[in-house]
Amino acid sequence: MQKGRHRSLGRTTAVVTQHQIVTHRAAIGFQKRSRLSVFKFKGHPLSTAPPSPAHQNPFRPPAAAAAFTPTPSRRTQNPPTLTVCSNMEIQDFSDDIDVKVKKYQRGEGADLEALKDKKLKGQLANREELFKKSANAAAKAEKWLMQTESGLLEPEGIEKTWRFSQQSIVQEVDVASRKNQFDIVLPDLGPYTIDYISSGRYMLTAGRKGHLAIMDLHTLKPVKDFQVRETVRDAVFLHNELFFAAAQKKYTYIYNRAGTELHCLKEHGAVRKLQFLKNHFLLSSINKSGHLHYQDITTGQIVGNYRTALGRSDVLQLNPYNSVVTSGHSGGTVSMWKPTTSTPLVKMLCHRGPVTAIAFHPNGHLMATAGMDKKIKIWDLRTYKTLQTLPGHAKTLSFSQKGLLAASTGSFTQILQTSDSENSQNYNRYMIHTMAKGYQINKILFRPYEDVLGIGHSSGFSSIIVPGSGEPNFDSWVANPFETVKERREKEVRVLLDKLPPESVMLDPTKVGTLRDVKRREKRTKAAAVAAAKNVAVKKKTKGRSKPSKVARKKQEGVEKVKRAFVEDEEGVKKKQKRIVEVSELPVALQPFVTKKGK
Amino acid sequence: MRVKVISRSADEFTRERSNDLQRVSRNYDPNLRTQEKAVEYVRALNAAKLDKVFARPFIGAMDGHIDAISCMAKNPSHLKGVFSGSMDGDIRLWDIASRKTVCQYPGHQGAVRGLTVSTDGRVLVSCGTDCTVRLWRVPLSSGIESSDSSDSSEKSIASYVWKNAFWGVDHQWEGNHFATAGAQVDIWDHNRSQPINSFEWGNDTVISVRFNPGQPDILATSGSDRSITIYDLRTSSPARKLIMRTKTNSIAWNPMEPMNFTAANENCNCYSFDARKLEEAKCVHKDHVSAVMDIDYSPTGREFVTGSYDRTVRIFQYNGGHSREIYHTKRMQRVFCVKFSGDASYVISGSDDTNLRLWKAKASEQLGVILPRERKKHEYMEAVKNRYKHLPEVKRILRHRHLPKPIYKAGLLRRTMADAEKRKEDRRRAHSAPGSMPRKSVRKNRIIQEIE
Repeated sequence: MQKGRHRSLGRTTAVVTQHQIVTHRAAIGFQKRSRLSVFKFKGHPLSTAPPSPAHQNPFRPPAAAAAFTPTPSRRTQNPPTLTVCSNMEIQDFSDDIDVKVKKYQRGEGADLEALKDKKLKGQLANREELFKKSANAAAKAEKWLMQTESGLLEPEGIEKTWRFSQQSIVQEVDVASRKNQFDIVLPDLGPYTIDYISSGRYMLTAGRKGHLAIMDLHTLKPVKDFQVRETVRDAVFLHNELFFAAAQKKYTYIYNRAGTELHCLKEHGAVRKLQFLKNHFLLSSINKSGHLHYQDITTGQIVGNYRTALGRSDVLQLNPYNSVVTSGHSGGTVSMWKPTTSTPLVKMLCHRGPVTAIAFHPNGHLMATAGMDKKIKIWDLRTYKTLQTLPGHAKTLSFSQKGLLAASTGSFTQILQTSDSENSQNYNRYMIHTMAKGYQINKILFRPYEDVLGIGHSSGFSSIIVPGSGEPNFDSWVANPFETVKERREKEVRVLLDKLPPESVMLDPTKVGTLRDVKRREKRTKAAAVAAAKNVAVKKKTKGRSKPSKVARKKQEGVEKVKRAFVEDEEGVKKKQKRIVEVSELPVALQPFVTKKGK
Repeated sequence: MRVKVISRSADEFTRERSNDLQRVSRNYDPNLRTQEKAVEYVRALNAAKLDKVFARPFIGAMDGHIDAISCMAKNPSHLKGVFSGSMDGDIRLWDIASRKTVCQYPGHQGAVRGLTVSTDGRVLVSCGTDCTVRLWRVPLSSGIESSDSSDSSEKSIASYVWKNAFWGVDHQWEGNHFATAGAQVDIWDHNRSQPINSFEWGNDTVISVRFNPGQPDILATSGSDRSITIYDLRTSSPARKLIMRTKTNSIAWNPMEPMNFTAANENCNCYSFDARKLEEAKCVHKDHVSAVMDIDYSPTGREFVTGSYDRTVRIFQYNGGHSREIYHTKRMQRVFCVKFSGDASYVISGSDDTNLRLWKAKASEQLGVILPRERKKHEYMEAVKNRYKHLPEVKRILRHRHLPKPIYKAGLLRRTMADAEKRKEDRRRAHSAPGSMPRKSVRKNRIIQEIE
C-alpha cells in the first residue's frame, strides 16, 4: 500500500501495523450500541436508565466535541515563553488525538458497572478494551493514511470570503484544479439537472427537453451524450457509472453507459423526482400523483408503492445516513419514508407554503429545507426542532461532505458555513456566486471528494470551485475516483453481496441488532389511578346528554370503578395472609387437611 | 487571501506499471460508511448461510476390519497414526492422511478391548477378553511414510497372560506404567510379566480406566457397579468413589484443566466433574438419545467428542449443556469409540459397521493451505457471526441441524418423558408437606453417594 509515498522502511511498516489493527477493529465490527441487546438476551435487566440521545447517536453534537479543543482564551492566558509554548503544543497534540479518537469510537460504551453477571462483564470489558485500542490506532494512523489536506479559503485583514469571485480564486489555484471550473452552454435543451457518481468522477446531466449525457470529469470529455426526444424530469446514476435511470415524460427508463435503453419502468408512472438507495439497490421515485415507489433494481421487484396523500410533491431527497427518503409537499409538510411501511415515519410541518428543496448533512442529523414562504430552515433530526431560520428563497439546496450548505435561487447561489470560531452551529455566509447572463439555476450539487459545486441551469451546466467543501481523503473500498475496470467489477460483486434488505431502512440505523427497550411496568398506585379517572375527557354527546350534572355523575362512576378494583385486590391479599397464618399454626401432619377443608 | 483546494494528481493514486499493485488509500471515517451496522448484520447472515453451505464434515471411511471396532488409540508422538482394535482380535495401524492400513498386529484370540500407546510413542499396549496383555513395537514415523507395501504385520514384543479378561487399558502420560481394567485395576510395568500393583474396591468389574494428564499417578476408573473411582498410585489405595444411578461407560480428563473430567454415562448424558468436588457435577451435557459409549477431549480442552449407541457422534463445548455439532451418516452404526486428532482439527469414530470414519472437527472449515487474505476473510466472517449470533435469524441458521428421523423422534420422546416426570414431581411436591420433598438440581440428582 502506498509504496511510492513511503520510501523509508520504518514509516512503511508503521503504516502496515496500524492498518492491521484497524482492520481488526473492522472485523470486530462497530456496534457499541448493540451491546445493550447482549445484556437482555442473557436475561440481565439493565438497571441503568435508558441511554440518552447523545449515547445512542454516534455523532456527538459539535458543542460537546468542541470541549476537547483548547479555546483561544486558554491560549492567551499563558505567558508567551518558549518552554510553556512547547508544553502547549504537546497538550494540543494530545487533545487533537482525543478528538480524533472520539470520531472513531462511535459513541460511548455501555455502563458495565450495572451488570451483575461477572462472566459477561469480563467479556464486555475485553471487547471494550479492544474498541478503545482500535479507535486509538485509527486515530494515530490518520497521520499516515490521510495525506491529502482539505481545501480552505482564508481572508486576510478586512477581506471577506464572500467577496472573492471565481475568477480570483481560479488565479490562485493550481492548473489541475483550474479545470474544475467550467461552463458548458447548451441553450437549446435546458434547463439541466445534474447528478454525480458516489466517487465524484462521473457527472450525469439531463436536459429537460431530452438531452442525456455522462461526462468523465477527470478527462472532461463526454462518455456518451444522446437525445431521447422527450421530456426528462430527472436522472440519477445507479450503483455505478454503467447504469442510470431517467424519469421521462410517461415512464422511467434505465439506460446503460452506451445509451442503450435497458428497462422501461412503467409502474412508476410519470415520475417527477428519482433517488437511488445505493446500499439497498432501490430506486425510489415520486410521481405526478404523489405516489412513492420503491423498486429493487437487482430483481425488478416493486418493494413499495405508497400514496403520500399530502399534496403535490416536487421534492424527493435521500438521507444518506439512514437511507430514509424524504419528500416535501405543497402543503409545507415534509414526510420521511421507509420502503416497508405505508405511512410515513415522520411527518413534520416545516413551512407555511410549498416546500421547494430539502438537503441532508452527510452525518445525518441536520436537514435543511426551503419553502415558498421565503425561509430556509435548518433542522436537528435528533430533536426535530429548528436550529436556524435563514431568510430567502431557495429552489435547490445541497450539503457538501464537509458540511457546507449551498442554496440557490434564480441565478444566484450562496454557500453557507458554520462559524467555527464559536461553538455555535449557526450557518453564515461563506461564498456567493451569480450565473452570467441571468441563467436560471435548476439544480446544484456538491461533487464528492472535490472542492467543487456543480450547477445545472437553464442553458447548460457549470461547475465552480468552493474551497473546503469536499472530503480530501477517499477510501478505495468505499468510493474510488481512480477506479480501474477490474476494481469496479470486483466492487460490484462485493456491494451486491452486502446488499441490505429493505427492512433495514430506519430512522436510527445504529439500532440494528439491538432489542427494543423493555419498559418495566410499574404498579399503579390508587391515587394515580383515581387522578387518571378524574382527568378523563368526556365526549361531547347529543343534546341533553352532556349536562354538567350528568358529566359529573359519569366521572364519579369512573372513579368508583377504579377504587373498587383496588379494594378487591387488598381484600384478596388479606384473605391469603390469614389462611397462611392459620395453616402454619397447625402441626405439619394436619396441614394438608386444612387446605382440603377450605375448598 | 489564501486559497487551497483539493488537488490530486492521477500519478499519485494510480500504479506506474501494470506489474505493480494497485494503490490503495484508506479513510476510516465512520461518516463515509453509512449504515455500517446493517451491512455487518447482512454479512453475518451471509456468513452463517455460507457456513451451512460448506458444512461437509465427513471426509472418508477407513475400511479394513472385519468385525466391529471396539477401541482406538492415538499416538502421542505421531499425528497421522491411529490404532484401532476390533472384536475379532485384529489390531491395525492407520495412516490418517492416506486413510490406509499401515500395518496389522495379529495375536489376540478374542476381542481387543483396550489399546494405548506409551508416552514416547514406541510401544503399543493392547488387552482383550483372551486374558492377555500384549506389547507391540510401533513403526517409526518414517516407516509409516515409506511403507507402500501395506499390511505388513508385526509380532508382539511381549505377551502377558493374567487371571481375568480385560476391559480397558491406559498408559501413564509420563512414566513407564500402564493400568488395565478388568475384575480389578492392575498397574503394570513394561518389563514385568505380572502387575506391580492391584486395586479393588467392591466386587464389580471395572470397565474403563484413564490416567490424569497433569498428575501421572492419578487415574480414574468407572465400574459396572455404576461407580467412578479415583485412585492414587502413590498411596497404593483408592482415593474416592462416586456412585451414580447409571453406569459410566468411559471417562476423559480435560488435558488443559487436569482436575476436571467428563464421564460418558449410560443415561444419554455426559457429566463434567471436578475431581476435588464430586458431590455435584460441574455441567451436564445433554443431547444424545441413547447411551454414550466413548468420549475424548480435544487437545485444546475446550471441546470434547462423544460417540453414542444412537449412531451419532456429537461435539460439545467443555462447559456447554448442549452439543455444538452432530455427525451421522446412513451407514454408520453404533459408535463404540471416538478420538479427537492431536491437532484438534479432526475427529475419528469407530463403529459397529467395522469402519473408522474421519470427520472434520469444524464442519465448514476449509482444509488445505489457506492464503493470508483468505484467512483474514474467514476471521472477519467468524467475528461478525460471533457478534450477531444473538439475533433470531442468525441464531436460527447457526443452530439448525438436520437429524435422522429416529433420533429426532427419540429426542422428542425424551423431552416429553422429562416433562411428564417433572410435572409429576411438581404435583407430588404440591400435595406433600412443605419441605418434605426438596428440589434437587439436575447436576446432583443422578449422584447417589460419594465415598471417601
